[in-house]
Amino acid sequence: MAAIEIGGLHKSFGSLEVLRGIDLTVETGEVVCVIGPSGSGKSTLLRCVNFLEEPTRGSIRVAGVEVTDPDCDIDAVRRGIGMVFQQFNLFGHLTVRENVTIAQRRVLRRSRAEADRIAGVNLDRVGLADKAASYPAQLSGGQQQRVAIARALAMDPQLMLFDEPTSALDPELVGEVLAVMRGLVADGMTMLVVTHEMAFAREVASRVVFMDGGLIVEQGPPAEVFGKPREERTRAFLHRVLEPTRVSESEIGAHLTD
Amino acid sequence: MKLSPRRRRRVFRVAGYVIFVLVIVAVLAAADWGRLSDAFFRSDVAGSMFPEAITIALRNTIIYTLLAFVFGLTLGLILALMRLSTILPYRWFATAYIELFRGLPALLVLFMIGYGVPLAFPDREIPGGVYGSVTVGLGLTAAAYMAETIRAGIQAVPKGQLEAARTLGMSHPRAMVSIVLPQAFRIVIPPLTNEIILLTKDTSLVYVLGVTSSTIELTKFAGDTLNSRVNPTPLVVAGLLYLVITLPLSQLVRGLERRAARER
Ligand SMILES: Nc1ncnc2c1ncn2[C@@H]1O[C@H](COP(=O)(O)OP(=O)(O)OP(=O)(O)O)[C@@H](O)[C@H]1O
Ligand SMILES: [Mg+2]
Repeated sequence: MAAIEIGGLHKSFGSLEVLRGIDLTVETGEVVCVIGPSGSGKSTLLRCVNFLEEPTRGSIRVAGVEVTDPDCDIDAVRRGIGMVFQQFNLFGHLTVRENVTIAQRRVLRRSRAEADRIAGVNLDRVGLADKAASYPAQLSGGQQQRVAIARALAMDPQLMLFDEPTSALDPELVGEVLAVMRGLVADGMTMLVVTHEMAFAREVASRVVFMDGGLIVEQGPPAEVFGKPREERTRAFLHRVLEPTRVSESEIGAHLTD
Repeated sequence: MKLSPRRRRRVFRVAGYVIFVLVIVAVLAAADWGRLSDAFFRSDVAGSMFPEAITIALRNTIIYTLLAFVFGLTLGLILALMRLSTILPYRWFATAYIELFRGLPALLVLFMIGYGVPLAFPDREIPGGVYGSVTVGLGLTAAAYMAETIRAGIQAVPKGQLEAARTLGMSHPRAMVSIVLPQAFRIVIPPLTNEIILLTKDTSLVYVLGVTSSTIELTKFAGDTLNSRVNPTPLVVAGLLYLVITLPLSQLVRGLERRAARER
């Protein structure tokens, strides 16, 4: 059974059609990286998977459960899906340890001792066991994002969603978060990752999905999508992000009018 | 003679101080201090008010304030959540309630509770006697103000906090209780403390419910003593006792606001 099966997914905000028919399957153990220009609907796609956004039309199955079904227990589905946000979203009134234990205790009903133990394991996994007593505001962005990853992992998810986990970070802090994510890949975690880190996608992705204008334009193994993209739009996008200093005037014009 | 801009500013500033001091001195000098102190500072009258001024009147003032605050806070929280609900009738009700009770004088609401409730429910009464009526009468108005404060506090918590909590599998109520409300309340502690100060002063309206010698609060107590002794010294005593409650609270608010400003 596939980890995620998306069929004919449409999403509109009022009259703005953000997703215009997405079909995408993520198999268990796969690492799928979603790339594409700003506003192409990448975040919206990810947020539909765990129903933070309600799809306008279409079907989404997570581990075989249809999340758009009105009878679906969405809280149960979400327990199996970890999500990491661009803005970390750590709980500011709780310490690092409490951030990692609160859902274990309140949702999974683990005992305090058990939750603390699992928090310790996962904080160790992201290299922050010594920060358990700190508050989020006392941590750097990179450390906060690693705590956010530990918080998600502590729920034993079968699937992890990442929405540009390094985009809010100072450049020198990006590496530590990517290193933690590489560790997850090595452990065989199923991951759907929206990212602007092309080198990371090229290195770890089983598959790269290029989105533009609410549609999947092209997908395939990273070597193909990055090496010899079939679609002109993919080529133009990769050229803009990989060689930002060498974008010509005509390309900008072409981008703005399309 | 031509003054440099800097000297001119200084001359203006000094002139301002001088006028300010002269006005105050003039007002103070014009008052008849002998008669004033005979009327307002009679130690025998003041002395006769104790210990009841503290053991009964101040105590009741504090009890009324706390009861009304707890009632208002609870109702205010419910109204704030209704105001933010996705269910339209809840929003309508909360909005109508808040507009109504913010628009009515607290005195009027107290009157309505005092006279309206016995008429509406002839076989029942508000439990707790005067204490119950004060709790409801002052709490209803306070709830309207606190609802707006709490709503603003909830909205000041970034949306990502709720989303992160839901993503971890928490239900909406659980996420509100564990994640959003604790942060919202941190934000609104200073304005809520201000609300206690306002409530403290509003307890002076309680006399309209008809209080007895055991349920009397500061203002009524001072008024009664004034009538029996034919001397206004009790007003000064009551005023000082109000300040005993309100000044530390204002100090607290200022401290909390300073701390909040630092944390930002
Ligand atoms: N809640 C919302 N209400 C209205 N419009 C929205 C909402 N969320 C997203 N949009 C719009 O949907 C479009 C796609 O947004 P989305 O965040 O999915 O893009 P993205 O591909 O993630 O872009 P970025 O790389 O900038 O994060 C944008 O035009 C955005 O303004
Ligand atoms: Mg996005």
